[in-house]
Amino acid sequence: MRPLELYIHIPFCIQKCQYCDFLSAPSTAKERQEYVESLCQKIRSYGELAKAYHVVSIFVGGGTPSILEAGQMIRIFDVVRSTFSINEDAEITIEANPGTVTREKLKAYRQAGINRLSIGLQSAKSEELKILGRIHTYEEFLATYRLAREEGYRNINVDLMSAIPHQTAAGWSETLRQVAELGPEHISAYSLMIEEGTPFYERYGEGRHEDELPGEDEERKMYRQTRSILKEYGYHRYEISNYAKPGYECRHNLGYWNRTEYLGIGMGAASLIDNQRWNEGGEPEVLTMENQMEEYMFLGLRKMKGVLKERFLAEFGCEMEEIYGEVLGKMYRDGLLEECGDYVRLTERGIDVSNYVMSEFLL
Amino acid sequence: MAGIDQSKIRNFCIIAHIDHGKSTLADRIIEMTGLLTSREMQSQVLDNMDLERERGITIKAQAVRIVYKAKDGEEYIFNLIDTPGHVDFNYEVSRSLAACDGAILVVDAAQGVEAQTLANVYLALDHDLDVMPVINKIDLPSAEPERVMEEIEDVIGIEAMDAPKISAKTGLNVEEVLEQIVEKIPAPQGDSSAPLKALIFDSVYDSYKGVIVFCRIKEGSVKKGTPILMMATGAKAEVVEVGYFGAGQFIPCEELSAGMVGYITASLKNVKDTRVGDTITNAANPCAEPLPGYKKVNPMVYCGMYPADGAKYPDLRDALEKLQLNDASLQFEPETSIALGFGFRCGFLGLLHLEIIQERLEREYNLDLVTTAPGVIYKVHKTNGDVIELTNPSNLPDPSEIEYMEEPMVKAEIMVTSEFIGAIMDLCQERRGVYEGMEYIEETRAVLRYHLPLNEIIYDFFDALKSRSRGYASFDYELDGYVQSNLVKLDILINKEEVDALSFILHADTAYERGRKMCEKLKEEIPRQLFEIPIQAAIGSKIIARETVRAMRKDVLAKCYGGDITRKRKLLEKQKEGKKRMRQVGNVEIPQKAFMSVLKLDDRK
Repeated sequence: MRPLELYIHIPFCIQKCQYCDFLSAPSTAKERQEYVESLCQKIRSYGELAKAYHVVSIFVGGGTPSILEAGQMIRIFDVVRSTFSINEDAEITIEANPGTVTREKLKAYRQAGINRLSIGLQSAKSEELKILGRIHTYEEFLATYRLAREEGYRNINVDLMSAIPHQTAAGWSETLRQVAELGPEHISAYSLMIEEGTPFYERYGEGRHEDELPGEDEERKMYRQTRSILKEYGYHRYEISNYAKPGYECRHNLGYWNRTEYLGIGMGAASLIDNQRWNEGGEPEVLTMENQMEEYMFLGLRKMKGVLKERFLAEFGCEMEEIYGEVLGKMYRDGLLEECGDYVRLTERGIDVSNYVMSEFLL
Repeated sequence: MAGIDQSKIRNFCIIAHIDHGKSTLADRIIEMTGLLTSREMQSQVLDNMDLERERGITIKAQAVRIVYKAKDGEEYIFNLIDTPGHVDFNYEVSRSLAACDGAILVVDAAQGVEAQTLANVYLALDHDLDVMPVINKIDLPSAEPERVMEEIEDVIGIEAMDAPKISAKTGLNVEEVLEQIVEKIPAPQGDSSAPLKALIFDSVYDSYKGVIVFCRIKEGSVKKGTPILMMATGAKAEVVEVGYFGAGQFIPCEELSAGMVGYITASLKNVKDTRVGDTITNAANPCAEPLPGYKKVNPMVYCGMYPADGAKYPDLRDALEKLQLNDASLQFEPETSIALGFGFRCGFLGLLHLEIIQERLEREYNLDLVTTAPGVIYKVHKTNGDVIELTNPSNLPDPSEIEYMEEPMVKAEIMVTSEFIGAIMDLCQERRGVYEGMEYIEETRAVLRYHLPLNEIIYDFFDALKSRSRGYASFDYELDGYVQSNLVKLDILINKEEVDALSFILHADTAYERGRKMCEKLKEEIPRQLFEIPIQAAIGSKIIARETVRAMRKDVLAKCYGGDITRKRKLLEKQKEGKKRMRQVGNVEIPQKAFMSVLKLDDRK
């Protein structure tokens, strides 16, 4: 039996954020109920496939999964458990947005076996939350966070976002400190991306209103602060945009970067099984050996630990140097990658220009 | 064919300023004399190359023979020789004219006399041709045929009152042109029994027949088996075939005799042996003297041409060799650039010629090219007394070895309406022109005469002239020797390393401005890299301008989970793709288009 990660997509939210290009939209109670039913059906349809796997982690993402009723979530998990064999110690995460979580729901999640909560905060500044189009305030986040602790959640992630319009390096460091002070086990800190098809793209795409976005130098400053401030509070960076207290690295996401197989269920969700990748409803793309090597490199290098040469050999039957010797040599010389034991990893400088480094590993 | 009565032959060309309708009139004449039905007519029959048709210019001389039955009941043979319409090909124009006995001058009824009208008329008069004016485009609403007729008489000084007023486009009154050709263009006069004396006015290479020489028989005759000698190049051959020009095809005949225009093939392998302007004679019975006026045309403008993909170097060489078969004025020799690898230093008659060759290489031979800034031939007088003719800036000797340098000059005539005189004078001033005089040819139009350095007009002068006169100025020039000049070599350093392909020679007074603009332009074109890249312009060891390409922006800390991988891959692929079109210079990647972008720096457009 092979390890498998499950991803379950809940494409609903109360109101779409200004920057969001995920598959999500406001919905009616009826639509949600119908969706849950079809989701359960879909899960059951994987009964045959499930036999070859044991599930090591589950992630319920969205949208805003916490918008569903407590009972709906319990039902989904009942079906999951009756279809898949789930490891005793599986990491099971649900995304929750402040303002949609109640004590009742938190209790239900626990009952369903959920042991990790990922709260989308983005900023501790109310002005910034407003700019982003978030539906909650910082105080509402605090209330949700405390409720979760009271209900016994011992593994909580908080999402934070830098490079928000009008944000300053000083404001960002306050957000970081305020949140780190609370002591969640995990913090995801990533930059705002201006994605096509979002209201933000209309305003900021193609260099529009550039003056409202933090300048290049300001952004660099925020970027440096993130690591040093979080370090003060005992978080270590284990991936380009993820920080954790020791032992609390997100196993589910590590799976993506380690190319563990995953099955995505729900509207548009992505799967990788037998080196075929597809989005639900779409045609599978078959990954060639070259594609697999490329992904092993560009996903693996996201981890601060880097990629393991021995594993490359075990997976592909040839030495990493045989395929990438030239690129590796160049990257070592330019100080963008370094060797550490049997690992190859990004240097500080390499992290700065990670897209360039990773693009060099495309064959 | 022997024994054609010379009095029934008319050899003529059509001359005109660009766009005044030369080719359209030629088409109409061909069509009306029934050589081609209108269904067979492709617009502008004489302009064979796609490029010629697209650009509306004639690059190679072409000829066609037409039979016209005149109102007097007699049949006449017309040989129409189309001449290249651009100053780059002035020498070819001059040789084409020498093959004719008369010229039809086409003048646009709305535009009137322009600079090239004048230049062409003078050229025709120099060759003792009778010039027969025709007023074209009288169907245009803005046509003023009466005014233009007066202008022709006043400015050029030729009789124009009975000039046919025509529309070559619609065919209106073209019949009258045909009649006037019979009346006004003189019949050729030459002694058919004298030793052979024929003028080469063009030649093309055909892979089956070898070189096909276009010529006008001035005296004597030639047929299959005649041993011939090219008097200037000394090449000898035996004639394989003679004939005349149908529309787009060669029609063999028995013999070509005095007064006739036709072609000769003689298994010649190289157009270099059959230079335009040379005299063909009978090797067994040569004429005493060649026809006057032959000169070897030398390239005036040089640039480096490199294949974008280094592996295509042999392809480029083959393509250039093939083009040269048909174009003896194209020169090239291999050169190596540190930045661009293996390529060729190519010599051209002018910038249009350069552009045409470049376009043909790209279109007909499917080559992706990087070209360096075009330059002229400088004369470098060294302290040891040697004189170097410099065509590649990289070969400039050390300043300590240079006594002085000279640059080629031109005499330019610019015709412009009075409201733009100021703007055009400013332009000539900026281009280091020396004012030589001005004449009003009518109340609102004048001819400005300037002495200008050739290197100031070889690339964007014509565009600048047009834009600053809203298209009204016209321009013609001829070479006018060399003068001593304060020239310097401007080098571009990227990340402290000199990029040879970007060096060029210019006047010291314009170096600062030019250097600054080049640095600015390169800053725009060179993408950010891992480290900061200084871009400097230098004369010798003195830096005169500097810009900096900042180090690569830090990548945003994007998340990348299961659903993001496909998108991430696309992003990385795009990043990688961009790098393919780069040239590595030292440790800096320079996009190919950066090399080209610095050629276009006139920001006053």
